[in-house]
Amino acid sequence: MARAVTTRRKALLTVIGWTVGFLVFFPILWTVLTSFKTEGEAIANPPSFLAFDWTTENYTEVQHRSDYFLHMMNSVVISFGSTALGLLFAVPAAWAMAFAPGKRTKDILMWMLSTKMMPAVGVLVPLYILFRDSGLLDTRVGLVGVLTLIDLPLIVWMLYTYFREIPGEILEAARMDGASLGKEIVFVLAPMAVPGIASTTLLNIILSWNEAFWTLNLTTSNAAPLTAFIASYSSPEGLFWAKLSAASTLAIAPILVLGWFSQRQLVRGLTFGAVK
Amino acid sequence: MATLHTRASARLMMAPSVIVLFAWMIVPLAMTLYFSFQRYNLLSPDEHGWTGLLNYTYFLTDPAFGDALTNTLLLVGGVLAITVVGGLCLALMLDQPFWGRGIVRLLVIAPFFVMPTVSALVWKNMLMNPVYGVFAWIARTLGVEPIDWLADVPLLSIILIVAWQWLPFATLILLTALQSLDTEQQEAAEMDGAGVVGRFIHLVLPHLARPITVVILIETIFLLGVFAEILVTTGGGPGTATTNIVYLVYSQALLQFDVGGASAGGIVAVVLANIVAVFLIRLIGKNLDR
Amino acid sequence: MNLKTLCLGVSAFVSLALSAHAETLTIATVNNGDMVRMQRLTDDFKAKHPDIDVKWVTLEENALRQKVTTDIAAKGGQYDVLTIGTYEVPIWAKKGWLVALDHLGADYDVNDILPPIRNGLTQDGKLYAAPFYGESSMVMYRKDLMQKAGLTMPDAPSWDFVADAARKMTDKANGVYGICLRGKAGWGENMAFLSAMANSFGARWFDEKWRAQFDQPEWKKALGFYVGLMKDAGPPGASSNGFNENLALFQSGKCGMWIDATVAASFVSNPKESKVADSVGFALAPDNGLGKRSNWLWAWSLAIPAGSTKTAAAETFIAWATGKPYLDLVAAKEGWANVPPGTRTSLYANPEYAKLPFAKMTLDSINAADPLHPAVKPVPYVGVQFVAIPEFQGIGTAVGQQFSAALAGKTSVDDALANAQKLTEREMVKAGYHK
Repeated sequence: MARAVTTRRKALLTVIGWTVGFLVFFPILWTVLTSFKTEGEAIANPPSFLAFDWTTENYTEVQHRSDYFLHMMNSVVISFGSTALGLLFAVPAAWAMAFAPGKRTKDILMWMLSTKMMPAVGVLVPLYILFRDSGLLDTRVGLVGVLTLIDLPLIVWMLYTYFREIPGEILEAARMDGASLGKEIVFVLAPMAVPGIASTTLLNIILSWNEAFWTLNLTTSNAAPLTAFIASYSSPEGLFWAKLSAASTLAIAPILVLGWFSQRQLVRGLTFGAVK
Repeated sequence: MATLHTRASARLMMAPSVIVLFAWMIVPLAMTLYFSFQRYNLLSPDEHGWTGLLNYTYFLTDPAFGDALTNTLLLVGGVLAITVVGGLCLALMLDQPFWGRGIVRLLVIAPFFVMPTVSALVWKNMLMNPVYGVFAWIARTLGVEPIDWLADVPLLSIILIVAWQWLPFATLILLTALQSLDTEQQEAAEMDGAGVVGRFIHLVLPHLARPITVVILIETIFLLGVFAEILVTTGGGPGTATTNIVYLVYSQALLQFDVGGASAGGIVAVVLANIVAVFLIRLIGKNLDR
Repeated sequence: MNLKTLCLGVSAFVSLALSAHAETLTIATVNNGDMVRMQRLTDDFKAKHPDIDVKWVTLEENALRQKVTTDIAAKGGQYDVLTIGTYEVPIWAKKGWLVALDHLGADYDVNDILPPIRNGLTQDGKLYAAPFYGESSMVMYRKDLMQKAGLTMPDAPSWDFVADAARKMTDKANGVYGICLRGKAGWGENMAFLSAMANSFGARWFDEKWRAQFDQPEWKKALGFYVGLMKDAGPPGASSNGFNENLALFQSGKCGMWIDATVAASFVSNPKESKVADSVGFALAPDNGLGKRSNWLWAWSLAIPAGSTKTAAAETFIAWATGKPYLDLVAAKEGWANVPPGTRTSLYANPEYAKLPFAKMTLDSINAADPLHPAVKPVPYVGVQFVAIPEFQGIGTAVGQQFSAALAGKTSVDDALANAQKLTEREMVKAGYHK
């Protein structure tokens, strides 16, 4: 009897779950479908869902017009680079905050977060001038730097919350055994912090990948990532829905695949210290 | 005493992060502060000079300023409400066993990976368009007059778009929290004859208080800066219906190229953000220290 | 002649000497169809000039304008060739931000460029940008729907005729709207259309003393006419429709008439993209019998920023992209309908080109625009659908927001005009126009 109820419940939940999942995913699905339509079919009303002439001409056209792989490589370098650099700065800082907290640790942490609230547009011109004078315009290095600084507060904070959950006794024990600070971090802390570091890394790669203000405004061609690639397909003259969809699909595909494959790691650490 | 030694090395380890972040904050901030007292339009660089508080008076008395302030709060509040409630529902759903749950979870988290510009373009052109959008088609199929989303309910449309992007984030955090809920406790409560609702209110919700505050904190930081979605869809309009503070600064900086005015706006935005931050920190700080 | 050749030779030699290996030009351009085509044809340029390499930065119009303006004003030096419009050219040339195009070559034939457009790009007798394509605006209409409504479109209609026809053609039950006009806020979107329309109603942006004129009856009449017409005969969602949205509407057969850029003519009459290709007719933009029609003038043009270190190569590129052989190249590869329109007299004299249904109307529209005397009353500014002052982008967009709100029914016409007046005056005071 109990089994029957659970089965029925499970069936009901399955229907609800899939419906909700479909609805949430629909805009992306629709984009992908549209990318295989002709421009005329893309704006047809009533819209055709699957029964249209599938074509890959939009992808050919997009590939012909812009150097997708250059933009994608730039996105990869910029998002991975800034995350790696951010971790380099953040791991020691978060460690210090978690295991040797001072009176002002909390304040410093909150101050760091508050630097993220500065509206980027307000400082574009000053920063553009700085970049011009240091020759950083349209370089990957410049963008990695800016995004590192933008990401840093969140990275520090996420790591801090993970590190804090690591019981201090273990460290004490390691210290008793005469482990040096470096060893303490590498052999004791790191293995325990792996899930946290993994999900911090993933989250920041995603956020940097999608950052669309600095990446667009501080680059022209050499360092332009996928956000700039998209900007060349939004609202030109003439019909553009299908081509835009193709470009969008190409722009989000790498990060979507990465996110899907690593979602277990992403989820495991995504607690921000909120779970004890 | 290891503490002294530890303290010192702790300082040393924190130093790089603190220093770079401080530089990142102070250099642009100082430049912005300086420019905010200057008459400096990028398009007429020859007319340069001190203007006192002129830029501030202009920004604060801008007819759009009041609307921008309200819109910013409505936007942040609206998206938070939708994502927290929606995320909670989704998390509760995904916490139950059902067939294909793994795939549904993938579908639900997908919007988080989409660039803001892309999602705004897709929603605007392919979903919300009143003539050939999917929503209009659904409405017409049901025999209802299609809603002209971006003209009739512009702010709500933006809130929906942004909420769609942030829903996965809330869902994931809340789901992780739910899964860490002690099953023994749950079962014990069930044994005690607590109903579903009772268990939810007395056991699940208190457990979720912290994750929810975390969601609120992180999302607020990002939502205060929402910009691309507005630029792509409504351009702040119609009128000033969807202009938020950041967009107002943008129009000063990149439409008028008024560096002075934009800098003043930037400073105002920083001050406002810090007021919000203080409230948040009070709220969250308490909740996180527990 | 000899001197010119010598100059050319010297400059070619210098540029060769300076660049031991291939120079790379960074070209910023808009993602419009004609520019994308130019990008596709780059190989032809490279074949002719193997020592010059080309790198494209193709962006959506607004994004491009922002980046290019920031770069040129902050002297970032990121680009060698810019695509800018007739709005920027006079302002930037006056500031010394552009390089005068003196070395376009002997066979370039500057005087072949259509006079209204050439005038817009010339400052103190020097050409500062070469037009890539030029456009005015005109009425595009559906002959079949016009016939069904029992009307015939004259070549030069009045606003009353257009409004009457629009109301008669509207069949909302079947998703047909009599008229599609721009409503999306922006100085280059709804304000381009509305400023030009207001000209034909006798309105103007500023009087001779730079006082905003939105409190004048002419503006009230123009805006009231527009809002009323769109309410009766316009499509839903008009307040977020720009060029593209209307193009899609027209191409899918939802609009009876559409008043917009002349370049749209080749899109709407292209059977591959447009459902209504075989029934499109063209007419001049409407007027009110006051002596000014409501058509604008715009030319996307190529210019060289003063910061570029590759001026000679850049000029070579511009001469290629805007010269006569380029038109023939496009015609040979993609047909005459796809040639960038509106720049050269010789193109319109070409009998092959004149066969196109929209060729004559485009030329007449361009020639009917007068940027120096855009309004019925005297004005202190240059520009038909814009005011060539740096502050205009900001003001125009803010006013556009107000008018877009009036179209959406969020504010009344009177309130929108009062707000527009207030905010324009505010900005003009701040910018120091009223001393």
